[in-house]
Amino acid sequence: MSQGPKTNDFTIRIANVNGTGSASANALLMKSLFRMGIPVVGKNYFPSNIQGLPTWYEIRASGEGYLARSGRVDILIAMNAETYKNDLARVAPGGYLIYDSTWPRSKMLQRNDITVVGIPLAKMCNENFSNARSRVLMKNVAYVGALAALIEIDLEVIRQSLKKTFASKAHMLDANYLAIELGYNYAKEHFDCPLSFVAKPLDKTRGNIMIDGNTATALGCIYAGATVGAWYPITPSTSVMDAFSAFCEKFRIDPETGKRNFCIIQAEDELSAIGMVLGASWNGARAFTPTSGPGISLMSEFLGYGYFAEIPAVLIDVQRCGPSTGMPTRTQQADILPCAYASHGDTRHVLLFPANPEECFYLAVAAFDLAERLQTPVIMLTDLDIGMNDWMCPDLEWDDDYVPDRGKVMDADALEKVESFHRYLDVDADGIPYRTYPGVHPKGAYFTRGSGHNMYGAYTEKSKEYQEVVDRLRRKWETAKEYVPGPVVDYTEKHRVGIISVGSCDSAVREARDRLLESGIGTNYLRVKAFPFNGDVQKFLDAHERIYVVEQNRDAQLRSLLMLETDVDANKLVPTLFYDGLPIEAKGIIAAINEDMARGKAA
Amino acid sequence: MSYIKKPKVIHPKSPRNDLGLTVRDYEGGMSTLCAGCGHDSVTGAIVQAAFDLSIPPHRFVKLSGIGCSSKTPAYFMRESHGFNSVHGRMPSVATGANAANGELTFIGVSGDGDTLSIGLGQFCHAARRNLNMLYIIENNGVYGLTKGQFSASADIGSTAKKGEENLQTPIDPCRTAITMGAAFVARGFSGDKDQLVPLLKAGFMHRGFAVIDVISPCVTFNDHEGSTKSYEYTREHYHPAIHADFVPPAQEIKAKYDEGEAMSITLHDGGQIVLRKVDREYDPTDRAAVYSYLEHRQAAGEIVTGLLYIDETRPEMHDLSNTSDTALAHLDFSELCPGQSALQKLHDIYR
Repeated sequence: MSQGPKTNDFTIRIANVNGTGSASANALLMKSLFRMGIPVVGKNYFPSNIQGLPTWYEIRASGEGYLARSGRVDILIAMNAETYKNDLARVAPGGYLIYDSTWPRSKMLQRNDITVVGIPLAKMCNENFSNARSRVLMKNVAYVGALAALIEIDLEVIRQSLKKTFASKAHMLDANYLAIELGYNYAKEHFDCPLSFVAKPLDKTRGNIMIDGNTATALGCIYAGATVGAWYPITPSTSVMDAFSAFCEKFRIDPETGKRNFCIIQAEDELSAIGMVLGASWNGARAFTPTSGPGISLMSEFLGYGYFAEIPAVLIDVQRCGPSTGMPTRTQQADILPCAYASHGDTRHVLLFPANPEECFYLAVAAFDLAERLQTPVIMLTDLDIGMNDWMCPDLEWDDDYVPDRGKVMDADALEKVESFHRYLDVDADGIPYRTYPGVHPKGAYFTRGSGHNMYGAYTEKSKEYQEVVDRLRRKWETAKEYVPGPVVDYTEKHRVGIISVGSCDSAVREARDRLLESGIGTNYLRVKAFPFNGDVQKFLDAHERIYVVEQNRDAQLRSLLMLETDVDANKLVPTLFYDGLPIEAKGIIAAINEDMARGKAA
Repeated sequence: MSYIKKPKVIHPKSPRNDLGLTVRDYEGGMSTLCAGCGHDSVTGAIVQAAFDLSIPPHRFVKLSGIGCSSKTPAYFMRESHGFNSVHGRMPSVATGANAANGELTFIGVSGDGDTLSIGLGQFCHAARRNLNMLYIIENNGVYGLTKGQFSASADIGSTAKKGEENLQTPIDPCRTAITMGAAFVARGFSGDKDQLVPLLKAGFMHRGFAVIDVISPCVTFNDHEGSTKSYEYTREHYHPAIHADFVPPAQEIKAKYDEGEAMSITLHDGGQIVLRKVDREYDPTDRAAVYSYLEHRQAAGEIVTGLLYIDETRPEMHDLSNTSDTALAHLDFSELCPGQSALQKLHDIYR
């Protein structure tokens, strides 16, 4: 460690047992770094369980602002004796393992290339706290105190953080602060502080917030004016509705009557949840359902109905590891193809792909506008990494002049003026017909059906009439390309290599591109933000001879979708796949691209 | 086919309701069901009931699932929005539609397959939520559109057209609905319009989930000897327990009833249901007693009809979720979006 401590570039991994209240201690640690102005990201690796199984939390501090998983552990806080062995093996050479030395493990915890730091957390807490639960909880707070000494986290920032959290609970504030001091003083007295990693105040988090994607999504639904939320609890989407419900309590209670300007319905299953969303949207409300892969499978029949009968609906698919139940608390992007074509028959759905919580907010709003403009279900695909982890992102902005796009709806006045109304007539030659809400005007009535219907909305089994409708739906799909957000493109003519990616891969891809550029490999980058793909995607495909399609699934689903829906030579699309359930890291992308290039040169 | 328009000729002397509309204004497209199908009689009864209530046709929302019964919303009230949903899932669509705008009058038409097999879960949960709608089950004990398989309401021992006997326990929609929390449970017979029309009116005006199980024989696949859902069998085993009359608000009850024979239930809008009892001891507000009565009568092979159970006090879905008096679909965007200043304040939580 001759070059002095590494500043603002380290990853702390906390190994714990779930149900011990470590989440708040970890949040305190992360928020404190954030409040020191250092960009941070937190990744939670938790079991599908409530109490007693191993859980890990990883905090990456990056002065350069990289927010993907680093894939490296510099400081490991080992609070779970069961996982000591594996945790020890995880620490990068030159790193540290901090453990509770109330029960010394000098024999077990041995590695020559790292430093083991023992702090008697349990012993100190047992001596200072009388209540059994406090003793468990405060051990966690104490390691935050120890770290404050070891990597120089500003104690005043921690003090302010605690004050903010426990504003109304003075006894909790005292207890927490005592625990911080216990850890801090012990570390100061017994070790050479700081370690070779330090946190130095920066000014890189001003104008930013730390928020998870599910909360941001829920906020988007609130701002879009959604009033009906129907859902069936499923990890990792549950907190979308939890947050929506909390925001509704804050913003949607009529101050005079105390009545609710929203209706949240916990359905009996996902089939019912999507039925409720379709019913509510059909009857004039903005409605949505958050779910995950298994829910999409169950909703598929109704999704086809929504497509064919042309009913708006907003679905939030917070993707998790499949297939089947898979690993419910691990992340993946494996619902891309199933969502694009969900349901039997010729169906296709508009998809949106936010890359982070900030985009969850804006795209959630866009999802409602698109669903109503295009009169069709829109699925926003996030994933567990975006949805449940805290990301640093710029302050959210709202344009108070925003007017929701309710699409082509004929109201009572408009209906009064027309001779007759026909639901599926392509009046404007853009494939989008006009619709009416029930109860508005006798002339507006029509029969909504998933069975064959003609352009007037009547039942049909006549080939020509049926075909007219499905052909128009295809024209509507073309129109959709003009409305959906285009891809994010970073292109210069001097680079020959392209990278295409989607959603939560974004931060890792950007980090990988910087590293590749340092090693002399310049890349262009396109991030898909929506399906259908618009012309910019085709242009990018045409402009490159070799394109790495980076995504988090085994079967190269984004690549397949590009092959199906664009004119691209499949040979130039190199599958670059990560699907172990952990958030993607830059290292893997760099390695995959380097390997492929080396193969190309050798050939 | 349902797209054939029925010529709308109105006789100048046709009776008109309070809105000045005739019965023809409550009709829909031509039925494409088999001649003599019980469902067409139910359609006729719905038209009559809606006409009698003087609710504008476009203020109704009619929904259905899949099957012969579910085709029928196309045959009544052409001026109301219809929603022919997917098989067994009509209750969820109705729930969402009602959540968005509960000011409309909701009628769902389903069958025994749609309700008791593929849709049993949604049916039960709509009852549990006490969704404010009239839910009609056109019950014929058989799958018509797929040509004659037993449904879950088929009685033990009832035979199919080709002689095969049903051995599985039937699901009784009325007892199921009572168990699941429905607060208005009735049974009718498509062949008894005099009983059915007042039941439908009461069901429309009841605030909450009103279930009417209508025995509606299938003339093509289940009207033979050996079937317990045939016209003949139903007529023979039919037992009207309670006749319900609906009396609109501000109208006096004129008919005279003997002591103990009638009881009156006041609805939320001030209207009343007067129940004329055949069995004096029968109390349609005593849930346990009703259940037990139905159980015993069914065991005796009797088809008990009438308004079997009613509880006007139970809160419906909107009461339970305390939603605004203005329909959610009609709330102004400015009431829904907190705006930029609230967003900026919110940021403090996330720093």
